[in-house]
Amino acid sequence: MTVRRIAELLEARVHTGEDDLDLDVSAACGADLMSDVMAFVKEKVVLLTGLVNPQAIRTADLLDIRVVVFVRGKTPSRDMVEAARESGMILLSTNYSMFISCGRLYEAGLRAGGTREIR
Amino acid sequence: MTLTFTVPGGDFNQAGRASGEVKKVLARLGVDPGIIKRAAVAMYEAEINMVIHAGGGTAVAEISPERVVLTLEDTGPGIPDLDLAMREGYSTAPEWIRELGFGAGMGLPNMRRNSDELSIDSAPGRGTRVTIVLRLDGEGASVENRAAPAAAPAGTSPAEGVAP
Repeated sequence: MTVRRIAELLEARVHTGEDDLDLDVSAACGADLMSDVMAFVKEKVVLLTGLVNPQAIRTADLLDIRVVVFVRGKTPSRDMVEAARESGMILLSTNYSMFISCGRLYEAGLRAGGTREIR
Repeated sequence: MTLTFTVPGGDFNQAGRASGEVKKVLARLGVDPGIIKRAAVAMYEAEINMVIHAGGGTAVAEISPERVVLTLEDTGPGIPDLDLAMREGYSTAPEWIRELGFGAGMGLPNMRRNSDELSIDSAPGRGTRVTIVLRLDGEGASVENRAAPAAAPAGTSPAEGVAP
């Protein structure tokens, strides 16, 4: 699924990466705790989070996550936008909740999740 | 090559900068991207732990053609029960840390999962030294392609001097 399609489905505002919206992602991860992101995230993933602080950008950068969506109407600070731009990251924000955002992407066909079985 | 960083304890927004720098250096050296990601995650978790629990410390990255050794050392309160701390979901982080996106109880398990060798030397009142080793001459690759960690923390040496 392209980031452009994700932005449409979530009626999202695009903060950075306007020229990269044809990037394709194959999995999604919805989490507010960054250690959970680091435990379960896959390649070519979009991260949906309600955590709006510099650690969200730093965690995504360390994991080579290229697309981050802030849910529940939260918008990134100017510093976060700048850090994301430097890292070549696409930042979106949506007014939908985490549940509805994940549901809309899942319903549209983005169904791959974490990297490993949870036991 | 040896890189040394001071990890400040007071500013949570700075936490992770050392890990980011090490990641950049490994990329410049042409290290396998899967190994770089594992090193970055393991070091980032250790760095965050130092900021949350110990008021900062020092981080040293020793990089040779054969391996990367990451040593993070603090003089904080130490880990009273290492076995408990290695369990997924166990956390002693305060609520305000969870509001910042950490304290999920995944830090030490994430370090173990992403390391080829992990040793933790800690005791109450004596601080903690975490040593993370990643081999550069083996199969390496991403964490997805590695075997799931055993119930007993394989590659984790019992901490010397841990209080009974």
